[in-house]
Amino acid sequence: MGWLYDLMSKDVRFVEGLKACINCGTCTAICPAAEFYNYDPRILVTTLQTRDDEKIEALLKSDFIWYCGECMSCKTRCPRGNVPGGLISVCRSFSQDLGYFIESEKGRQQLAVKRTIGEWILDHGYCLFPQQIEPESHPEQGPVWEWITNSLKEVYGRFDATYQEEGPGILRKIPQDSLDELKRIFDVTGGTERFEKLEEYSKKKAEEMGLEFSPGQKSEYYLHVYNFNSNKHGKDEH
Amino acid sequence: MNIEGKKIIWSQYQKEIADNDYFYARSCVRQSFFPGSETTFMKIVRDDLGKNISEHPFHTTCTGIAYHSDVVPFETTMTVIARQFALMTESGFQNYVPSCITSFGMYNEVLETWHHFPEVEMKVRKMLKEATGKEFEKPKNLVHSSDIIYKFRKEIAEKGKYRLINRFTGEPIRVVEHIGCHYSKMFPSKGVGGAEYPHVLVGMIEEWGGEVVDYPERRHCCGFGFRQYVVKANRGYSIACSKKKFESMQPYRPEAILTNCPGCPFFFDRWQYAISEMEGKTYGENGQGIPVLTYEELAGIILGYDPWDLGFQTHQVPVEPLLDKIGIPYDPEKKFLGKNGEFIGRPDMPDNLKFCH
Repeated sequence: MGWLYDLMSKDVRFVEGLKACINCGTCTAICPAAEFYNYDPRILVTTLQTRDDEKIEALLKSDFIWYCGECMSCKTRCPRGNVPGGLISVCRSFSQDLGYFIESEKGRQQLAVKRTIGEWILDHGYCLFPQQIEPESHPEQGPVWEWITNSLKEVYGRFDATYQEEGPGILRKIPQDSLDELKRIFDVTGGTERFEKLEEYSKKKAEEMGLEFSPGQKSEYYLHVYNFNSNKHGKDEH
Repeated sequence: MNIEGKKIIWSQYQKEIADNDYFYARSCVRQSFFPGSETTFMKIVRDDLGKNISEHPFHTTCTGIAYHSDVVPFETTMTVIARQFALMTESGFQNYVPSCITSFGMYNEVLETWHHFPEVEMKVRKMLKEATGKEFEKPKNLVHSSDIIYKFRKEIAEKGKYRLINRFTGEPIRVVEHIGCHYSKMFPSKGVGGAEYPHVLVGMIEEWGGEVVDYPERRHCCGFGFRQYVVKANRGYSIACSKKKFESMQPYRPEAILTNCPGCPFFFDRWQYAISEMEGKTYGENGQGIPVLTYEELAGIILGYDPWDLGFQTHQVPVEPLLDKIGIPYDPEKKFLGKNGEFIGRPDMPDNLKFCH
Protein backbone atom coordinates (compact mmCIF):
# COMPACT_ATOMS: atom_id res chain seq x y z
CA MET A 1 0.00 0.00 0.00
CA GLY A 2 1.47 3.37 -1.06
CA TRP A 3 0.93 7.01 -0.20
CA LEU A 4 -1.67 7.58 -2.92
CA TYR A 5 -3.83 4.66 -1.87
CA ASP A 6 -3.47 5.79 1.75
CA LEU A 7 -4.53 9.31 0.82
CA MET A 8 -7.59 8.11 -1.08
CA SER A 9 -8.54 5.84 1.82
CA LYS A 10 -9.14 8.93 3.95
CA ASP A 11 -12.25 9.75 1.88
CA VAL A 12 -15.29 8.11 3.51
CA ARG A 13 -16.72 7.40 0.07
CA PHE A 14 -13.64 5.31 -0.70
CA VAL A 15 -14.10 3.32 2.50
CA GLU A 16 -17.81 2.80 1.79
CA GLY A 17 -17.43 2.14 -1.92
CA LEU A 18 -14.54 -0.33 -2.04
CA LYS A 19 -15.35 -3.67 -0.45
CA ALA A 20 -14.19 -6.80 -2.24
CA CYS A 21 -14.83 -6.98 -5.96
CA ILE A 22 -15.50 -10.51 -7.22
CA ASN A 23 -15.11 -9.49 -10.88
CA CYS A 24 -18.63 -10.58 -11.79
CA GLY A 25 -19.01 -7.66 -14.23
CA THR A 26 -22.61 -6.87 -13.25
CA CYS A 27 -21.71 -3.17 -12.94
CA THR A 28 -20.28 -3.16 -16.45
CA ALA A 29 -23.35 -4.87 -17.88
CA ILE A 30 -25.67 -2.14 -16.58
CA CYS A 31 -23.34 0.86 -17.06
CA PRO A 32 -24.45 3.45 -19.69
CA ALA A 33 -20.87 4.77 -19.95
CA ALA A 34 -19.49 1.29 -20.63
CA GLU A 35 -21.85 1.06 -23.57
CA PHE A 36 -20.73 4.37 -25.07
CA TYR A 37 -17.09 4.79 -24.09
CA ASN A 38 -14.13 2.48 -23.76
CA TYR A 39 -14.98 2.28 -20.08
CA ASP A 40 -15.45 -0.56 -17.65
CA PRO A 41 -16.33 0.01 -13.97
CA ARG A 42 -15.14 -3.51 -13.14
CA ILE A 43 -11.64 -2.58 -14.30
CA LEU A 44 -11.81 0.56 -12.15
CA VAL A 45 -12.56 -1.40 -8.99
CA THR A 46 -10.02 -4.14 -9.68
CA THR A 47 -7.33 -1.53 -10.39
CA LEU A 48 -8.00 0.27 -7.11
CA GLN A 49 -8.08 -3.09 -5.36
CA THR A 50 -4.49 -3.79 -6.38
CA ARG A 51 -3.40 -0.94 -4.06
CA ASP A 52 -0.61 -0.37 -6.55
CA ASP A 53 0.18 3.37 -6.55
CA GLU A 54 1.79 3.27 -9.97
CA LYS A 55 -1.36 1.84 -11.54
CA ILE A 56 -3.61 4.19 -9.57
CA GLU A 57 -1.59 7.24 -10.61
CA ALA A 58 -1.83 6.19 -14.25
CA LEU A 59 -5.58 5.80 -13.77
CA LEU A 60 -5.93 9.32 -12.32
CA LYS A 61 -3.98 10.75 -15.28
CA SER A 62 -6.11 8.95 -17.87
CA ASP A 63 -9.35 9.71 -19.72
CA PHE A 64 -10.84 6.58 -18.13
CA ILE A 65 -12.07 8.17 -14.90
CA TRP A 66 -13.91 10.96 -16.76
CA TYR A 67 -16.22 8.71 -18.79
CA CYS A 68 -18.66 7.81 -15.98
CA GLY A 69 -21.99 9.68 -15.84
CA GLU A 70 -22.48 9.05 -12.10
CA CYS A 71 -25.98 7.67 -12.67
CA MET A 72 -25.12 5.20 -9.89
CA SER A 73 -26.89 2.27 -11.55
CA CYS A 74 -23.83 0.25 -10.50
CA LYS A 75 -24.56 0.83 -6.81
CA THR A 76 -27.98 -0.80 -7.07
CA ARG A 77 -26.65 -3.93 -8.69
CA CYS A 78 -23.27 -4.75 -7.13
CA PRO A 79 -23.73 -7.97 -5.15
CA ARG A 80 -20.83 -7.04 -2.87
CA GLY A 81 -21.83 -3.47 -2.05
CA ASN A 82 -19.12 -1.73 -4.07
CA VAL A 83 -19.93 1.69 -5.49
CA PRO A 84 -17.90 2.22 -8.68
CA GLY A 85 -19.68 5.54 -9.37
CA GLY A 86 -18.70 6.82 -5.92
CA LEU A 87 -15.12 5.63 -6.38
CA ILE A 88 -15.00 7.59 -9.64
CA SER A 89 -15.90 10.70 -7.67
CA VAL A 90 -13.00 10.04 -5.28
CA CYS A 91 -10.60 9.40 -8.18
CA ARG A 92 -11.65 12.64 -9.87
CA SER A 93 -11.26 14.61 -6.63
CA PHE A 94 -7.66 13.49 -6.20
CA SER A 95 -6.89 13.79 -9.91
CA GLN A 96 -7.83 17.48 -9.66
CA ASP A 97 -6.21 18.18 -6.30
CA LEU A 98 -2.93 16.56 -7.41
CA GLY A 99 -2.97 18.22 -10.85
CA TYR A 100 -3.21 14.93 -12.74
CA PHE A 101 -6.40 15.95 -14.59
CA ILE A 102 -4.53 18.09 -17.12
CA GLU A 103 -2.79 14.97 -18.48
CA SER A 104 -5.95 13.75 -20.25
CA GLU A 105 -8.28 15.27 -22.84
CA LYS A 106 -11.40 14.53 -20.79
CA GLY A 107 -9.76 15.62 -17.55
CA ARG A 108 -8.82 19.02 -18.98
CA GLN A 109 -12.53 19.70 -19.52
CA GLN A 110 -12.90 20.29 -15.77
CA LEU A 111 -11.90 23.90 -16.31
CA ALA A 112 -15.04 24.36 -18.43
CA VAL A 113 -17.20 22.78 -15.73
CA LYS A 114 -15.65 25.07 -13.11
CA ARG A 115 -16.10 28.20 -15.22
CA THR A 116 -19.77 27.46 -15.95
CA ILE A 117 -21.56 25.49 -13.21
CA GLY A 118 -18.92 26.22 -10.55
CA GLU A 119 -18.85 29.97 -11.03
CA TRP A 120 -22.64 30.26 -11.44
CA ILE A 121 -22.98 28.75 -7.95
CA LEU A 122 -20.86 31.49 -6.38
CA ASP A 123 -22.06 34.34 -8.61
CA HIS A 124 -25.79 33.58 -8.65
CA GLY A 125 -26.49 30.77 -6.13
CA TYR A 126 -27.65 28.34 -8.83
CA CYS A 127 -26.01 25.48 -10.71
CA LEU A 128 -27.73 26.78 -13.83
CA PHE A 129 -28.22 30.36 -14.87
CA PRO A 130 -30.45 30.74 -17.94
CA GLN A 131 -28.99 34.14 -18.89
CA GLN A 132 -25.69 32.41 -19.54
CA ILE A 133 -26.91 29.28 -21.32
CA GLU A 134 -26.36 30.73 -24.79
CA PRO A 135 -28.23 29.14 -27.72
CA GLU A 136 -25.01 29.01 -29.80
CA SER A 137 -23.31 26.82 -27.18
CA HIS A 138 -26.47 24.73 -26.94
CA PRO A 139 -27.86 24.09 -30.43
CA GLU A 140 -29.70 21.04 -29.08
CA GLN A 141 -31.92 23.35 -27.05
CA GLY A 142 -33.82 24.29 -30.18
CA PRO A 143 -35.86 27.34 -31.17
CA VAL A 144 -37.97 27.30 -28.00
CA TRP A 145 -34.91 28.00 -25.85
CA GLU A 146 -33.93 30.83 -28.16
CA TRP A 147 -37.45 32.22 -27.76
CA ILE A 148 -37.15 31.92 -23.95
CA THR A 149 -33.72 33.56 -23.80
CA ASN A 150 -34.91 36.42 -26.01
CA SER A 151 -37.62 37.27 -23.47
CA LEU A 152 -36.45 35.84 -20.15
CA LYS A 153 -38.33 38.27 -17.93
CA GLU A 154 -41.53 37.90 -19.91
CA VAL A 155 -41.46 34.11 -20.04
CA TYR A 156 -40.41 33.43 -16.45
CA GLY A 157 -42.43 36.37 -15.16
CA ARG A 158 -45.59 34.61 -16.35
CA PHE A 159 -45.04 31.91 -13.71
CA ASP A 160 -43.68 33.85 -10.77
CA ALA A 161 -43.50 37.54 -10.03
CA THR A 162 -40.15 37.23 -8.24
CA TYR A 163 -38.02 36.28 -11.26
CA GLN A 164 -34.63 37.89 -10.47
CA GLU A 165 -36.30 39.87 -7.70
CA GLU A 166 -36.00 39.40 -3.95
CA GLY A 167 -38.36 37.01 -2.17
CA PRO A 168 -39.33 33.37 -2.70
CA GLY A 169 -40.16 31.93 -6.10
CA ILE A 170 -38.58 30.57 -9.28
CA LEU A 171 -35.18 31.96 -10.26
CA ARG A 172 -35.41 34.62 -7.57
CA LYS A 173 -32.41 36.84 -6.96
CA ILE A 174 -30.33 35.20 -4.23
CA PRO A 175 -29.43 37.93 -1.69
CA GLN A 176 -25.77 38.97 -1.47
CA ASP A 177 -25.64 37.84 2.19
CA SER A 178 -26.50 34.30 1.12
CA LEU A 179 -23.93 34.38 -1.69
CA ASP A 180 -21.35 35.58 0.85
CA GLU A 181 -22.24 32.61 3.08
CA LEU A 182 -21.77 30.24 0.15
CA LYS A 183 -18.35 31.76 -0.56
CA ARG A 184 -17.29 31.39 3.08
CA ILE A 185 -18.43 27.76 3.03
CA PHE A 186 -16.30 27.22 -0.07
CA ASP A 187 -13.34 28.90 1.68
CA VAL A 188 -13.65 26.82 4.85
CA THR A 189 -14.33 23.44 3.22
CA GLY A 190 -11.82 23.30 0.38
CA GLY A 191 -14.12 24.37 -2.47
CA THR A 192 -12.20 27.57 -3.15
CA GLU A 193 -8.89 25.72 -3.04
CA ARG A 194 -10.14 23.21 -5.61
CA PHE A 195 -11.27 26.03 -7.92
CA GLU A 196 -7.86 27.72 -7.58
CA LYS A 197 -6.03 24.49 -8.39
CA LEU A 198 -8.21 23.92 -11.46
CA GLU A 199 -7.23 27.37 -12.71
CA GLU A 200 -3.57 27.08 -11.79
CA TYR A 201 -2.95 23.66 -13.38
CA SER A 202 -5.03 24.55 -16.45
CA LYS A 203 -2.98 27.70 -16.99
CA LYS A 204 0.18 25.63 -16.87
CA LYS A 205 -1.23 23.20 -19.45
CA ALA A 206 -2.39 26.05 -21.70
CA GLU A 207 1.18 27.39 -21.75
CA GLU A 208 2.47 23.93 -22.61
CA MET A 209 -0.05 23.63 -25.45
CA GLY A 210 0.63 27.17 -26.68
CA LEU A 211 -2.99 28.26 -26.22
CA GLU A 212 -4.09 31.66 -24.93
CA PHE A 213 -5.46 31.51 -21.38
CA SER A 214 -7.64 34.15 -19.74
CA PRO A 215 -10.74 34.28 -17.49
CA GLY A 216 -14.21 33.68 -18.88
CA GLN A 217 -15.46 31.46 -21.65
CA LYS A 218 -13.81 32.91 -24.73
CA SER A 219 -10.09 32.12 -24.40
CA GLU A 220 -8.43 29.68 -26.81
CA TYR A 221 -7.79 27.14 -24.06
CA TYR A 222 -11.36 27.30 -22.71
CA LEU A 223 -12.88 26.88 -26.16
CA HIS A 224 -10.49 24.02 -26.89
CA VAL A 225 -11.36 21.99 -23.79
CA TYR A 226 -15.09 22.74 -24.16
CA ASN A 227 -15.32 21.76 -27.84
CA PHE A 228 -12.46 19.41 -28.74
CA ASN A 229 -13.18 15.72 -29.17
CA SER A 230 -10.39 13.51 -30.51
CA ASN A 231 -13.00 10.78 -31.09
CA LYS A 232 -10.64 8.27 -29.57
CA HIS A 233 -12.85 7.34 -26.65
CA GLY A 234 -15.28 4.76 -28.00
CA LYS A 235 -14.86 1.02 -28.01
CA ASP A 236 -14.17 0.94 -31.76
CA GLU A 237 -11.44 3.57 -31.59
CA HIS A 238 -9.03 1.37 -29.61
CA MET B 1 -48.76 -18.65 2.27
CA ASN B 2 -47.04 -16.77 5.06
CA ILE B 3 -48.81 -13.41 4.96
CA GLU B 4 -46.75 -11.96 7.78
CA GLY B 5 -43.54 -12.78 5.92
CA LYS B 6 -44.87 -11.13 2.78
CA LYS B 7 -45.82 -8.05 4.76
CA ILE B 8 -42.28 -7.80 6.11
CA ILE B 9 -40.79 -8.10 2.62
CA TRP B 10 -43.12 -5.50 1.11
CA SER B 11 -42.61 -3.12 4.03
CA GLN B 12 -39.07 -2.69 2.73
CA TYR B 13 -40.52 -1.08 -0.39
CA GLN B 14 -42.69 1.44 1.48
CA LYS B 15 -41.59 4.79 2.84
CA GLU B 16 -42.99 7.28 5.26
CA ILE B 17 -44.27 10.45 3.60
CA ALA B 18 -45.23 13.22 6.01
CA ASP B 19 -48.86 14.29 5.88
CA ASN B 20 -48.36 18.05 6.17
CA ASP B 21 -45.96 20.93 6.93
CA TYR B 22 -43.41 20.79 4.16
CA PHE B 23 -40.23 22.81 3.67
CA TYR B 24 -39.78 23.04 -0.10
CA ALA B 25 -36.39 23.39 -1.81
CA ARG B 26 -36.47 24.37 -5.46
CA SER B 27 -34.45 22.78 -8.26
CA CYS B 28 -31.98 24.69 -10.46
CA VAL B 29 -32.94 22.62 -13.51
CA ARG B 30 -36.70 22.55 -12.95
CA GLN B 31 -36.86 26.31 -12.35
CA SER B 32 -34.91 27.01 -15.51
CA PHE B 33 -36.52 24.59 -17.95
CA PHE B 34 -39.96 23.81 -16.47
CA PRO B 35 -40.74 27.00 -14.59
CA GLY B 36 -44.48 26.30 -14.54
CA SER B 37 -44.00 23.00 -12.72
CA GLU B 38 -42.79 24.34 -9.38
CA THR B 39 -45.41 27.09 -9.36
CA THR B 40 -48.03 24.41 -10.07
CA PHE B 41 -46.70 22.15 -7.31
CA MET B 42 -47.06 24.93 -4.74
CA LYS B 43 -50.61 25.70 -5.91
CA ILE B 44 -51.68 22.05 -5.81
CA VAL B 45 -50.25 21.44 -2.34
CA ARG B 46 -51.52 24.72 -0.88
CA ASP B 47 -54.78 25.35 -2.70
CA ASP B 48 -56.04 21.95 -3.86
CA LEU B 49 -54.78 19.81 -0.99
CA GLY B 50 -54.91 22.48 1.73
CA LYS B 51 -51.48 21.69 3.13
CA ASN B 52 -48.91 23.93 4.79
CA ILE B 53 -45.84 24.36 2.60
CA SER B 54 -43.12 26.96 2.80
CA GLU B 55 -39.85 27.87 1.13
CA HIS B 56 -37.00 30.16 2.09
CA PRO B 57 -35.81 32.96 -0.21
CA PHE B 58 -32.23 32.44 0.99
CA HIS B 59 -31.95 28.80 -0.03
CA THR B 60 -29.53 28.17 -2.86
CA THR B 61 -28.36 25.34 -5.05
CA CYS B 62 -27.22 22.25 -3.16
CA THR B 63 -24.23 22.22 -5.63
CA GLY B 64 -25.66 19.02 -7.19
CA ILE B 65 -24.49 19.26 -10.80
CA ALA B 66 -21.08 20.57 -9.70
CA TYR B 67 -20.74 17.81 -7.09
CA HIS B 68 -21.57 15.06 -9.57
CA SER B 69 -19.25 16.70 -12.13
CA ASP B 70 -16.70 16.66 -9.29
CA VAL B 71 -15.52 20.27 -9.32
CA VAL B 72 -16.90 20.68 -5.78
CA PRO B 73 -15.50 18.61 -2.86
CA PHE B 74 -17.79 16.42 -0.76
CA GLU B 75 -17.06 18.54 2.35
CA THR B 76 -18.25 21.67 0.55
CA THR B 77 -21.43 19.98 -0.65
CA MET B 78 -22.19 18.57 2.81
CA THR B 79 -21.79 22.01 4.37
CA VAL B 80 -23.98 23.72 1.77
CA ILE B 81 -26.61 21.06 2.47
CA ALA B 82 -26.20 21.66 6.21
CA ARG B 83 -26.96 25.33 5.51
CA GLN B 84 -30.20 24.33 3.76
CA PHE B 85 -31.13 22.26 6.82
CA ALA B 86 -30.38 25.31 8.98
CA LEU B 87 -32.85 27.37 6.92
CA MET B 88 -35.46 24.64 7.42
CA THR B 89 -34.75 24.62 11.16
CA GLU B 90 -34.95 28.43 11.40
CA SER B 91 -38.31 28.30 9.62
CA GLY B 92 -39.69 25.82 12.17
CA PHE B 93 -40.09 22.88 9.79
CA GLN B 94 -38.96 19.25 10.03
CA ASN B 95 -40.17 17.77 6.74
CA TYR B 96 -37.75 18.55 3.89
CA VAL B 97 -39.05 18.27 0.30
CA PRO B 98 -36.58 18.90 -2.53
CA SER B 99 -37.88 19.40 -6.06
CA CYS B 100 -34.70 17.98 -7.58
CA ILE B 101 -33.89 14.27 -7.75
CA THR B 102 -30.14 14.94 -7.78
CA SER B 103 -30.61 16.95 -4.58
CA PHE B 104 -32.83 14.23 -3.09
CA GLY B 105 -30.09 11.66 -3.74
CA MET B 106 -27.44 13.93 -2.26
CA TYR B 107 -29.46 14.70 0.87
CA ASN B 108 -29.84 10.94 1.33
CA GLU B 109 -26.13 10.40 0.69
CA VAL B 110 -25.17 13.07 3.22
CA LEU B 111 -27.56 11.80 5.92
CA GLU B 112 -26.38 8.20 5.38
CA THR B 113 -22.75 9.34 5.58
CA TRP B 114 -23.42 11.17 8.84
CA HIS B 115 -25.23 8.09 10.18
CA HIS B 116 -22.26 5.82 9.48
CA PHE B 117 -19.56 8.42 10.22
CA PRO B 118 -20.82 10.65 13.07
CA GLU B 119 -17.42 12.35 13.19
CA VAL B 120 -18.05 13.68 9.68
CA GLU B 121 -21.33 15.22 10.83
CA MET B 122 -19.52 16.87 13.75
CA LYS B 123 -16.91 18.26 11.37
CA VAL B 124 -19.58 19.65 9.04
CA ARG B 125 -21.41 21.26 11.97
CA LYS B 126 -18.17 23.00 12.95
CA MET B 127 -17.46 24.16 9.39
CA LEU B 128 -21.00 25.51 8.98
CA LYS B 129 -20.76 27.37 12.27
CA GLU B 130 -17.41 28.84 11.30
CA ALA B 131 -18.59 29.92 7.85
CA THR B 132 -22.10 31.15 8.65
CA GLY B 133 -22.74 31.00 12.41
CA LYS B 134 -25.66 28.65 11.69
CA GLU B 135 -26.76 25.47 13.45
CA PHE B 136 -29.28 22.91 12.27
CA GLU B 137 -31.50 19.94 13.00
CA LYS B 138 -31.61 17.06 10.56
CA PRO B 139 -34.96 16.56 8.79
CA LYS B 140 -37.41 14.24 10.49
CA ASN B 141 -38.84 13.30 7.13
CA LEU B 142 -37.06 13.63 3.76
CA VAL B 143 -39.11 12.94 0.64
CA HIS B 144 -39.03 14.02 -2.98
CA SER B 145 -41.83 16.32 -4.16
CA SER B 146 -43.14 13.54 -6.44
CA ASP B 147 -43.70 11.48 -3.28
CA ILE B 148 -46.15 14.14 -2.06
CA ILE B 149 -48.16 14.02 -5.30
CA TYR B 150 -48.05 10.21 -5.13
CA LYS B 151 -49.33 10.24 -1.54
CA PHE B 152 -52.29 12.41 -2.49
CA ARG B 153 -52.95 10.90 -5.96
CA LYS B 154 -56.40 9.66 -4.94
CA GLU B 155 -57.43 13.09 -3.63
CA ILE B 156 -56.18 14.65 -6.88
CA ALA B 157 -58.21 12.10 -8.87
CA GLU B 158 -61.31 12.89 -6.79
CA LYS B 159 -60.93 16.64 -7.31
CA GLY B 160 -59.89 16.17 -10.95
CA LYS B 161 -61.78 17.43 -13.99
CA TYR B 162 -60.12 15.07 -16.45
CA ARG B 163 -58.98 11.46 -16.71
CA LEU B 164 -56.19 10.02 -18.83
CA ILE B 165 -58.65 8.60 -21.35
CA ASN B 166 -58.62 9.09 -25.11
CA ARG B 167 -61.95 10.81 -25.75
CA PHE B 168 -62.11 9.49 -29.33
CA THR B 169 -61.55 5.81 -28.53
CA GLY B 170 -62.43 5.53 -24.83
CA GLU B 171 -59.09 3.78 -24.31
CA PRO B 172 -56.61 4.71 -21.54
CA ILE B 173 -53.76 7.02 -22.59
CA ARG B 174 -50.59 4.94 -22.96
CA VAL B 175 -47.79 6.39 -20.83
CA VAL B 176 -44.18 5.34 -20.28
CA GLU B 177 -42.68 6.44 -16.99
CA HIS B 178 -39.05 7.28 -16.29
CA ILE B 179 -37.74 7.51 -12.75
CA GLY B 180 -34.68 9.71 -12.17
CA CYS B 181 -31.70 7.47 -11.39
CA HIS B 182 -30.89 9.14 -8.08
CA TYR B 183 -34.45 8.69 -6.77
CA SER B 184 -33.82 5.13 -5.63
CA LYS B 185 -30.87 3.52 -7.43
CA MET B 186 -28.46 4.74 -4.76
CA PHE B 187 -30.65 4.17 -1.70
CA PRO B 188 -33.51 1.86 -2.70
CA SER B 189 -35.24 2.08 0.68
CA LYS B 190 -35.70 5.84 0.20
CA GLY B 191 -37.97 5.51 -2.85
CA VAL B 192 -41.58 4.29 -3.09
CA GLY B 193 -41.19 0.73 -4.37
CA GLY B 194 -37.42 0.84 -4.10
CA ALA B 195 -35.17 0.40 -7.12
CA GLU B 196 -36.88 -2.85 -8.14
CA TYR B 197 -40.53 -1.77 -8.16
CA PRO B 198 -40.57 2.03 -8.32
CA HIS B 199 -44.23 2.89 -8.02
CA VAL B 200 -44.17 6.64 -7.54
CA LEU B 201 -45.16 7.50 -11.13
CA VAL B 202 -47.01 4.25 -11.90
CA GLY B 203 -49.34 5.01 -8.99
CA MET B 204 -50.20 8.42 -10.45
CA ILE B 205 -50.76 7.17 -14.02
CA GLU B 206 -52.99 4.28 -12.96
CA GLU B 207 -54.96 6.32 -10.42
CA TRP B 208 -55.67 8.98 -13.02
CA GLY B 209 -56.95 6.51 -15.63
CA GLY B 210 -53.92 5.93 -17.85
CA GLU B 211 -52.14 2.74 -18.87
CA VAL B 212 -48.49 2.21 -17.95
CA VAL B 213 -46.52 0.88 -20.91
CA ASP B 214 -43.48 -1.27 -20.20
CA TYR B 215 -40.49 -1.33 -22.55
CA PRO B 216 -37.05 -2.96 -22.47
CA GLU B 217 -34.92 0.08 -21.59
CA ARG B 218 -37.36 1.48 -19.04
CA ARG B 219 -34.73 1.81 -16.29
CA HIS B 220 -31.84 3.05 -18.45
CA CYS B 221 -30.48 6.51 -17.57
CA CYS B 222 -31.74 9.49 -19.62
CA GLY B 223 -28.09 10.33 -20.31
CA PHE B 224 -27.57 13.52 -18.33
CA GLY B 225 -24.28 12.24 -16.94
CA PHE B 226 -23.56 15.70 -15.45
CA ARG B 227 -20.20 16.58 -17.10
CA GLN B 228 -21.30 14.44 -20.06
CA TYR B 229 -23.86 17.10 -20.91
CA VAL B 230 -22.29 20.22 -19.42
CA VAL B 231 -19.25 20.02 -21.74
CA LYS B 232 -20.20 20.31 -25.41
CA ALA B 233 -17.62 17.77 -26.57
CA ASN B 234 -19.27 15.07 -24.43
CA ARG B 235 -22.88 15.47 -25.44
CA GLY B 236 -22.77 12.41 -27.72
CA TYR B 237 -22.99 10.32 -24.54
CA SER B 238 -26.12 12.11 -23.46
CA ILE B 239 -28.03 11.94 -26.74
CA ALA B 240 -27.00 8.30 -27.28
CA CYS B 241 -28.57 7.28 -23.95
CA SER B 242 -31.84 9.08 -24.71
CA LYS B 243 -31.91 7.70 -28.24
CA LYS B 244 -31.51 4.17 -26.93
CA LYS B 245 -34.62 4.73 -24.83
CA PHE B 246 -36.66 6.31 -27.65
CA GLU B 247 -35.82 3.41 -29.98
CA SER B 248 -36.79 0.96 -27.26
CA MET B 249 -40.10 2.61 -26.37
CA GLN B 250 -41.30 3.55 -29.87
CA PRO B 251 -42.64 0.08 -30.85
CA TYR B 252 -44.98 0.23 -27.85
CA ARG B 253 -46.55 3.47 -29.16
CA PRO B 254 -46.45 5.59 -26.00
CA GLU B 255 -48.55 8.75 -26.08
CA ALA B 256 -46.62 10.51 -23.32
CA ILE B 257 -43.46 10.18 -21.23
CA LEU B 258 -43.86 10.94 -17.50
CA THR B 259 -40.84 11.83 -15.34
CA ASN B 260 -40.07 12.80 -11.75
CA CYS B 261 -36.51 14.17 -12.16
CA PRO B 262 -36.11 17.74 -13.47
CA GLY B 263 -33.27 16.81 -15.85
CA CYS B 264 -34.80 13.77 -17.55
CA PRO B 265 -37.80 15.57 -19.13
CA PHE B 266 -35.46 18.27 -20.39
CA PHE B 267 -33.26 15.71 -22.15
CA PHE B 268 -36.17 13.68 -23.52
CA ASP B 269 -37.72 16.89 -24.85
CA ARG B 270 -34.61 18.46 -26.37
CA TRP B 271 -32.94 15.29 -27.65
CA GLN B 272 -36.10 14.36 -29.59
CA TYR B 273 -35.72 17.72 -31.32
CA ALA B 274 -31.98 17.23 -31.91
CA ILE B 275 -32.47 13.71 -33.35
CA SER B 276 -35.17 15.04 -35.66
CA GLU B 277 -32.75 17.72 -36.92
CA MET B 278 -29.80 15.32 -37.22
CA GLU B 279 -31.52 12.29 -38.70
CA GLY B 280 -35.01 13.42 -39.67
CA LYS B 281 -36.41 10.86 -37.26
CA THR B 282 -39.38 11.46 -34.97
CA TYR B 283 -40.82 9.09 -32.39
CA GLY B 284 -44.48 10.07 -32.05
CA GLU B 285 -47.39 9.81 -34.46
CA ASN B 286 -47.38 11.60 -37.84
CA GLY B 287 -44.06 13.39 -37.50
CA GLN B 288 -44.77 14.50 -33.96
CA GLY B 289 -42.59 13.82 -30.95
CA ILE B 290 -43.70 11.97 -27.84
CA PRO B 291 -44.85 14.67 -25.38
CA VAL B 292 -42.75 14.70 -22.21
CA LEU B 293 -44.37 15.72 -18.95
CA THR B 294 -43.33 16.42 -15.40
CA TYR B 295 -45.57 14.90 -12.70
CA GLU B 296 -46.64 18.42 -11.66
CA GLU B 297 -47.81 19.11 -15.20
CA LEU B 298 -49.73 15.83 -15.33
CA ALA B 299 -51.39 16.53 -11.97
CA GLY B 300 -52.20 20.02 -13.27
CA ILE B 301 -53.85 18.58 -16.38
CA ILE B 302 -56.00 16.28 -14.23
CA LEU B 303 -57.03 19.19 -12.00
CA GLY B 304 -57.97 21.34 -14.98
CA TYR B 305 -55.24 23.99 -14.83
CA ASP B 306 -54.74 26.13 -17.93
CA PRO B 307 -52.05 24.39 -20.07
CA TRP B 308 -50.14 27.66 -20.51
CA ASP B 309 -50.09 28.22 -16.72
CA LEU B 310 -48.48 24.77 -16.49
CA GLY B 311 -45.74 25.95 -18.86
CA PHE B 312 -46.23 23.71 -21.91
CA GLN B 313 -45.08 26.59 -24.11
CA THR B 314 -41.54 26.03 -22.79
CA HIS B 315 -41.46 22.49 -24.24
CA GLN B 316 -39.79 21.91 -27.60
CA VAL B 317 -41.95 18.82 -28.22
CA PRO B 318 -45.55 20.12 -28.33
CA VAL B 319 -47.99 18.71 -25.77
CA GLU B 320 -51.10 19.81 -27.70
CA PRO B 321 -51.65 16.39 -29.38
CA LEU B 322 -52.02 14.83 -25.91
CA LEU B 323 -54.31 17.62 -24.72
CA ASP B 324 -56.48 17.11 -27.82
CA LYS B 325 -56.79 13.38 -27.15
CA ILE B 326 -57.91 13.92 -23.56
CA GLY B 327 -60.15 16.82 -24.51
CA ILE B 328 -58.44 19.55 -22.51
CA PRO B 329 -59.32 23.01 -23.84
CA TYR B 330 -56.61 25.56 -24.59
CA ASP B 331 -56.37 28.79 -26.51
CA PRO B 332 -53.54 28.64 -29.09
CA GLU B 333 -53.58 32.44 -29.23
CA LYS B 334 -52.47 32.59 -25.61
CA LYS B 335 -49.49 30.23 -25.94
CA PHE B 336 -46.83 32.85 -26.51
CA LEU B 337 -47.92 35.63 -24.22
CA GLY B 338 -45.65 37.39 -21.74
CA LYS B 339 -46.21 38.12 -18.07
CA ASN B 340 -48.69 40.92 -18.69
CA GLY B 341 -50.59 39.10 -21.41
CA GLU B 342 -48.95 40.75 -24.41
CA PHE B 343 -47.70 38.74 -27.41
CA ILE B 344 -43.91 38.29 -27.27
CA GLY B 345 -43.23 36.58 -30.60
CA ARG B 346 -43.07 32.92 -31.59
CA PRO B 347 -40.17 30.43 -31.72
CA ASP B 348 -38.93 29.43 -35.17
CA MET B 349 -40.30 26.21 -36.63
CA PRO B 350 -38.06 23.13 -36.41
CA ASP B 351 -37.17 21.56 -39.76
CA ASN B 352 -38.63 18.13 -39.10
CA LEU B 353 -40.38 17.87 -35.75
CA LYS B 354 -43.99 19.03 -35.95
CA PHE B 355 -44.50 22.10 -33.80
CA CYS B 356 -47.69 23.88 -32.74
CA HIS B 357 -47.71 27.64 -33.23
